Amino acid sequence: MPQHQVLIVGGGLAGMRAAQKAQELGMDVAMISKIFPTRSHSAAAQGGVQAAVSEDDSWESHAYDTVKGSDYLGDQDAIEILCSEAPDDIYSLERMGVVFNRTEEGKIDARAFGGTSVKRTCYVADQTGQVLLHVMWEQLIKSGLKVYSEWFVMDLIVEDNKVAGCVAMEIPTGKIEVFRSKSLILATGGIGQVYSPTTNGLVVTADGQALAYKAGATLMDMEMVQHHPTTMQANGVLITEGARGEGAYLLNSKGERFMEKYAPNMKELASRDVVSRAETMEIREGRGVDGCVFLDLRHLGRDLIMTKLSQIYELSRDYANTNILEAPVPIQPGHHYIMGGIKTDVDGRTWDVSGQNRWQGVEGLFAAGECANVSVHGGNRLGGNSLLDTIVFGRRSGQGSTDYAKSTDWVNIDENSVIRGAEDKIKEIFARPSGGLRTANLRSEMGSAMNDGIAVFRNEEGMKKTLESVRSVRDRFPKISLDNKGKIFNTDLLSVLELEFMLDVAEVIGIGAIERKESRGAHAREDYPDRNDEEYLKHTVVNLDENGEPKLNYIPVTMTQWEPQVRTY
Amino acid sequence: MDATFKVQRYDPESQEGSHYEEFEVDLPEYGSVLEGLLDIRDHQDGSLSLRCSCRSAICGSCSMKINGESRLACKAMVSDIKETEGDIITVEPMGNMPVIKDLVVNMDMFWEKVEKIEPYLQPTGPEPEKEYLVSNDEMMKLAVAMNCIMCGACVSDCTVLEVDKTFLGPAALAKAFRFAADPRDGAQEERLESYNEPTGVWDCTRCFMCVQACPKDVAPMERIMDIRSMVVENEIDKKGRGQRHIQGFIDGVKHSGRLDEFGLARKTFGFPIWAFELADLGIRRILRLRLPPIIHKSIKSAKNVKKIFENLGV
Ligand SMILES: Cc1cc2nc3c(=O)[nH]c(=O)nc-3n(C[C@H](O)[C@H](O)[C@H](O)COP(=O)(O)OP(=O)(O)OC[C@H]3O[C@@H](n4cnc5c(N)ncnc54)[C@H](O)[C@@H]3O)c2cc1C
Ligand code: FES
Repeated sequence: MPQHQVLIVGGGLAGMRAAQKAQELGMDVAMISKIFPTRSHSAAAQGGVQAAVSEDDSWESHAYDTVKGSDYLGDQDAIEILCSEAPDDIYSLERMGVVFNRTEEGKIDARAFGGTSVKRTCYVADQTGQVLLHVMWEQLIKSGLKVYSEWFVMDLIVEDNKVAGCVAMEIPTGKIEVFRSKSLILATGGIGQVYSPTTNGLVVTADGQALAYKAGATLMDMEMVQHHPTTMQANGVLITEGARGEGAYLLNSKGERFMEKYAPNMKELASRDVVSRAETMEIREGRGVDGCVFLDLRHLGRDLIMTKLSQIYELSRDYANTNILEAPVPIQPGHHYIMGGIKTDVDGRTWDVSGQNRWQGVEGLFAAGECANVSVHGGNRLGGNSLLDTIVFGRRSGQGSTDYAKSTDWVNIDENSVIRGAEDKIKEIFARPSGGLRTANLRSEMGSAMNDGIAVFRNEEGMKKTLESVRSVRDRFPKISLDNKGKIFNTDLLSVLELEFMLDVAEVIGIGAIERKESRGAHAREDYPDRNDEEYLKHTVVNLDENGEPKLNYIPVTMTQWEPQVRTY
Repeated sequence: MDATFKVQRYDPESQEGSHYEEFEVDLPEYGSVLEGLLDIRDHQDGSLSLRCSCRSAICGSCSMKINGESRLACKAMVSDIKETEGDIITVEPMGNMPVIKDLVVNMDMFWEKVEKIEPYLQPTGPEPEKEYLVSNDEMMKLAVAMNCIMCGACVSDCTVLEVDKTFLGPAALAKAFRFAADPRDGAQEERLESYNEPTGVWDCTRCFMCVQACPKDVAPMERIMDIRSMVVENEIDKKGRGQRHIQGFIDGVKHSGRLDEFGLARKTFGFPIWAFELADLGIRRILRLRLPPIIHKSIKSAKNVKKIFENLGV
């Protein structure tokens, strides 16, 4: 049984940053990832990472923009940490080798992004995430981190509400193994495939959120799901906000720059929730074409496009058959990100270390990155703040998990029974008579239902219908049968396990969304169009109760220096 | 849009060896080969194994051979292929790497080579408090190599690796360039020395396959040539390999009008490396019928080529 003081599940930016920190602090660390680390979805981040590095900027201004962007649902103590620690983290990434674009003086350059009062988004052309991810990976080669690549974590092991490790399957061989650890950090990314379509990759399947929830941790503000204003119709692939940051326009079918109407000051660079709603209104009122409006980059000129947005040039050519140098590209709002996630404190702990049990958690279990909710994004994340979240809170959870591991003993594990449990689960799936339901059909039923009812605009009836569909898919889930019953690289099996994770999480999203009877950030309700601070300036928290049913509750938002105000752009 | 996919299948758990299976798929207008394969996996045969994630040519998971050329399945558009290469789309796993199942290969060798070039910045001297001050141009020059998503397409199509597994190969060397050319790196000399060894930059035969295969325009071969220039310019090349390689190249072409690969290796590495270390490679190349002709024949108009050289004063 492999054993490490700190075990990290997830090889994206958050996981690598946590591993780096814990290793630096002298821990025996290992990282488990279901795909090779550089394949992680962090690579897909195009636009950039926010940090107040320019002279005319300040971390307070960054924090205010983030609080406002969050529609006042973000915890202000966490936001202060995120923004004040950002510059040092960005500088340290630069010194590790990130090739940030530069200013004339050779300093790190920043571009404009939505919802920010100054240019604050540091970038590497339109491939920021990929470069950050590769540089972090290089650092882990340098330090000789132990990586279990292509191992799929099936379950967490918890004894007396204390984490003891996890059980995982080696994908190329089908071997099942127990991993023992003192601290365990979940850094498994988002929930993208719960929605169809989505900008997220095929492996982004809510694993960590579901694992934590089943183990007894809390999921917070899961109804806060972000739709990005510029995604491609054919397959949901993203066009970075950096395009608008560099000056691209949004046009309706009449050729009008419609954002002037919805956000007279910031126009195309208003917050994502605002822009996605504006586009949806235009399309609904008949000023779209085939469900899309247009992103026009032509006036930016060939030089700028080819140096700073070349990936967008390629993606538009490949997936929308459009040459952006010559024509506007059709785009629509599409699922992109989840602000909600596993509730943690600012050191990544999922349990309430104060001992007051203000929320339910699992001792020794940590979370960081998109799967966690600290909460810095609240009701709406600003572009460029998510990469930053992975870096700052990845590092802090590396520290937190080290402190915890030093202070605790190993928990005993009945290895054989855990392995048998995992094997039995797979045997049961293999034993189902063939000719049953197909995973892909159920997955797309769930994805379409989520996109119909819990997307840019929401209402009670639509959300209830979505929740019913999700539960109906879950009822039929045991009737799925597989074509592949082999051990070696059985992706057929992985898809079923992933769908199970996603169904749990989809249900929690639905429950929280129906009960939040107001409009805030990404949660825009037609039946409750206004923000209601009196009743809903609070976090939605969902746990499993003793009977294994979801239980909804609320906890207060932490305020430090910014009182809620009317939010206009 | 209908398409026929002919997919190479291999399952180590079954008795049946590697074989091809045909599937008919119906795709949207701008469907990629990846979408076709997912359609097969989702709706026809769930036992088809492949790696994929981002669907947008950035994670590097889905490299495979499509009609014989290594490409990203998510970037290869079915309509383009049908238009220029015919109706049947043949899909096979990458080359130069052992197959695990169907379209999934074992990339251990790929990652080991990348690790060998010490792929991390090694700054020397005191660290700045904030960032290193460097020009945008210097950074963007590196960004070309940083475009590499490590998909393996170049390694899959590399003709040297096919016969010589010890060659560092195009992906690792493109990454090597990224560090050797980084003004913030302090180990340039050691790096260049190690890339100058046999298995390094002089093993490339400039066949261009990697340039053609790379889906991100990294042009690994050109990066290898960049390192060669750095080796020569920085006078790293104490044993004179680069100089001899260039001279050998010129002599060969001047003499016969074409590249004398055999003579070039002998001139570059000199005796005894050429005789002993490369003899093994030579034998493997003979076995694969990839050995350049030992007796080097001139082209018909060799005389004219010689004249060109003389006019240029070379
Ligand atoms: C197209 C796109 C563009 C974006 N652009 C930006 C941007 O410009 N700026 C910005 O700030 N943010 C951006 N974001 C958001 C940001 O990229 C992500 O939120 C962030 O990278 C998530 O990082 P992570 O480390 O939490 O997760 P990931 O990078 O997704 O990593 C998750 C890891 O968990 C592993 N894992 C998951 N489940 C299991 C399991 N069961 N067993 C083992 N391992 C498992 C995976 O293998 C993977 O290694 C973008 C997102 C998308 C989709
Ligand atoms: S799926 Fe990521 S590169 Fe093709």
